[in-house]
Amino acid sequence: MKRLLTTASLLAAMAVPAFADGTKIGVITTLSGPAGYLGEQIRDGLALGLDASGAAYELVVEDDGRDPNTGVQVADRMLNEEGIKLLTGIVFSNVSGAVVPEALDAGAIYVSPNAAPSGLAGAKCHPNYFVVSWQNDSLHEASGAAAKKLGYTTAVALAPNYQAGKDAIEGFKREFGGEVTEIYTGVEQSDFAGEMAQIRDKAPQVVFQFHPGGQGIAFLKQYQQSGLLGTIPMVLSEPSYDGVILKAVGPAAVGLTGTTHWNADFDNEASKAMVAAWTAAHPDVPLTTYAQQAYDTGLLIGAALQKAGGDGDIAALQAAIKSAEFTSTRGSFAFGPNQHPVQDWYLTAIEADAAGNPVIVTKEKIREAVGDVYAADCKM
Amino acid sequence: MKREHLILLAVFLLLALVPYAAELTGQTSWTRLVGQALIYGMAAASLNFILGYGGMVSFGHAAFFGIGGYVVGILYHHFDAGTSFLGLIPGTDQMLITLPAAVIVAGLAAALVGAMSLRTGGVQFIMITLAFAQMFFFLFISLKTYGGEDGIMVRRTNSLPGLDMKNKATLYWVVLCFAAAYYLFLRRLVQSSFGQIIAGIRQNERRMAAMGISTYRYKLAAFVLSGMGAGLAGALMVNFLRFASPDMMHWSRSGELMIMVILGGVGTLAGPFIGAGVLFTLETTLARYTEHWMLPVGILLLIVVLTTRGGLMALIRRLGGKR
Amino acid sequence: MILLFEQLLNGLQYGVTLFLLAAGLTLIFGIMGVINLAHGALYMVGAFAASWVAIQTGSFWGGLLSGLAASAIAGVAVELGVMRRLYARDHLDQVLATFALILIFNQSTVLIFGRQPLFTSVPDVFSGSVEILPGLPYPTYRLFVIAVGLAVALGLYLLINKTRVGMLVRAGATNRQMVRALGVNIQGLYTAVFALGALLAGLAGVMASPIVSVQVGMGDEIILATFVVVVIGGVGSVKGAFVAGIVLGMFDTMLRAFLPGLLQQVMPGPEAQALGVGVSSMGIYLMMALVLLVRPRGLFAARG
Repeated sequence: MKRLLTTASLLAAMAVPAFADGTKIGVITTLSGPAGYLGEQIRDGLALGLDASGAAYELVVEDDGRDPNTGVQVADRMLNEEGIKLLTGIVFSNVSGAVVPEALDAGAIYVSPNAAPSGLAGAKCHPNYFVVSWQNDSLHEASGAAAKKLGYTTAVALAPNYQAGKDAIEGFKREFGGEVTEIYTGVEQSDFAGEMAQIRDKAPQVVFQFHPGGQGIAFLKQYQQSGLLGTIPMVLSEPSYDGVILKAVGPAAVGLTGTTHWNADFDNEASKAMVAAWTAAHPDVPLTTYAQQAYDTGLLIGAALQKAGGDGDIAALQAAIKSAEFTSTRGSFAFGPNQHPVQDWYLTAIEADAAGNPVIVTKEKIREAVGDVYAADCKM
Repeated sequence: MKREHLILLAVFLLLALVPYAAELTGQTSWTRLVGQALIYGMAAASLNFILGYGGMVSFGHAAFFGIGGYVVGILYHHFDAGTSFLGLIPGTDQMLITLPAAVIVAGLAAALVGAMSLRTGGVQFIMITLAFAQMFFFLFISLKTYGGEDGIMVRRTNSLPGLDMKNKATLYWVVLCFAAAYYLFLRRLVQSSFGQIIAGIRQNERRMAAMGISTYRYKLAAFVLSGMGAGLAGALMVNFLRFASPDMMHWSRSGELMIMVILGGVGTLAGPFIGAGVLFTLETTLARYTEHWMLPVGILLLIVVLTTRGGLMALIRRLGGKR
Repeated sequence: MILLFEQLLNGLQYGVTLFLLAAGLTLIFGIMGVINLAHGALYMVGAFAASWVAIQTGSFWGGLLSGLAASAIAGVAVELGVMRRLYARDHLDQVLATFALILIFNQSTVLIFGRQPLFTSVPDVFSGSVEILPGLPYPTYRLFVIAVGLAVALGLYLLINKTRVGMLVRAGATNRQMVRALGVNIQGLYTAVFALGALLAGLAGVMASPIVSVQVGMGDEIILATFVVVVIGGVGSVKGAFVAGIVLGMFDTMLRAFLPGLLQQVMPGPEAQALGVGVSSMGIYLMMALVLLVRPRGLFAARG
């Protein structure tokens, strides 16, 4: 009931634009369906980041329903009717594949807080297209590197049977180097009992799995229920253990190892400021890397808007974004030749806090200043 | 009959004016909105031919929509990369080639699915068509060369000799012409002896069989024709969106097409177009005002189904008075 | 051998979950002739209500009761408010109405509970695992789910075959007009059947909530498999739903578990994996297509 009231007041607050004079920024994101919480994280993180940057802005937020048709329709209206020159917010690759070319052809700039399809990272890169999050492959390479560093030589790797899942296992294998048994799961599968039995049968030294969102929650719960949690260690990449997943899984997540580009315990001013701002604004909602990526996007856009004096001169704004003159919450941040991040990756452990709930603790840096494999193909 | 012609002409002219009206009022995105609705309308109308006239409730129609779309996407992919499909068929970006290719491939897929599904009827037919569509969905989601679940980008709209397809209004008019031609085609088809037999099979299949008509063949032919129509719509959608992805053939898309038909009016010519237009416009405009647009859309759909019999077309007829 | 046995148990557990959903759906389908796409939404209602109460009170059992109550109430509300007006209508109108209900249920859930999945855990009694064979520990909770499913199956069998209400239900599934002509309070029967169906869907949701993710739209994913079970089993037949549910659950689990391995004997590893999973995702649909080609009305069609 309380939730209902806060939502209602939120809607009321959104009806009145708070910064009528600021630069309009179009946010197309997924707010409906099971993945709706991702869009919520991105929207809220972005607003806090922009606030922190001190820039004058106005957000125009709209739901794409994870549907490329809707996304393009929204983009068309934002670009051509409302005169918005700066778009961001998309969660899923299939939406950005349709929307990004639309924005670029209209001469606008797109800054991605999450989705980074490989199709736009290589030969088809574009001066007006920026990615603040990460390129997909690098996520899982970090997990492979972590498993190797921890001294494991045999692994079972599990991921859904679609392209991102196959890429995840490829990325893991690339850095791991040991013997890997691959198991692919169903695209909409939610019961993994069969896979648990297979893992027990194989008895590897370590398990790597990539299942974002609801599938990840189900997988972790069942890993614990099947008694594997205490016996075979698991290494995860960032999307499979975000704060929301951990909250839904509860104590069953304690004891896992993860790899990430950012964590809430980072000891830098920008990150501390973000954690404080988030806790004040959304005390009941965990802060995830999705929100952090959007916060960084907000900082970057805000700084660039101030430097270029709004979006009147697109070339100046593009140059200001490219210079990436902002203090990232992840410490070091730079754009590679394809305007995707070059950043560090960290090993984290999931430990129990005083109440027994899982909390992510940063252990060590495992990869330094890495970009992605597609950058070489980009000729800008 | 005369009056019907006049209404059709007036609607066509009104639709042709949409890009001007959009420009004039500053609401330029309406051109694309109406364009997308027209394409969905074509897909829904193709479904309506077997569902409304033929009584074959297909729950897998989005498969043909998606296949048509992927033909355009795959041909463009090879054209762009300078390679050829399976090392045999070179890619192309000529609309005069891609659209017929999409229609033929979708028709072949429909022939395959129809030949097996039409051995059953009723709920079993619904489920079997769904099953085949799911198989196509899982197939395309695992095609790495063509983007997997990320989909495949078509950086430039297919070209048509003598026209500037980059111009949004031109592209819209091309779509409108296809939609109008398809509407007229369906109108002829329904009134033809073939259409009459299909309607007869819906009303009483046994009687038609007793008259010596091979109902299976007729139903299969109707199914294939309908699949081809969906393939055409899918091919146009990929040109319009410049993007194809497996969610074009997700089962919820099949459901959406069915909802468009039922909302507009089952077994009417204009119904699917009206249903598609209303549903798509409703979704996108409500999404502007609230994140929770699904709730009002759901409530409105419920009101329509509870208060009208025969969808929006029935409502329009009732308001327009009985002729 | 141990692996095979474990996978059989997993299949059985998936099968009874499918049965719980399919039993209600097939009754509603067979007796009222209604295609209820929103059946999955009732599964979601059960899971959310149970999880929420369990979080607030810390009691799984309180959650269980609330989940059952919430889904039954939602079912009755849907029957009285919407379905009752649509019995005489075309199947297609029912499809549109129940589709609208899915949108309404999903978005209301977002408004009430927010977008984040809810936390649930296995009740303490069942938190461990039992060594059912030497070297094979199996989660107690999953055994509990199997037991509940089998108990419900037995209960439904007794209800349908040994009671007066059950007689009406059987009669209704065989010949709707006849029951109506006999002067039975058909409205009351319909409401009761709908409530029972909703209750079973809610039970499936509650039982699944500690295992899967309790999130908006969770019912839309499982509803397809449920329809497959109903169609294979034969519309209107609870026995058919039971047999088809168990067989399908086993078949699906077995395919996933062993097909990739079998394919690896004849082709390289990664390709065999991908192909194997692809084929097993299609497995239940292939099975449905085969069954329907041989028996167009399903295994145990109620209506002759």
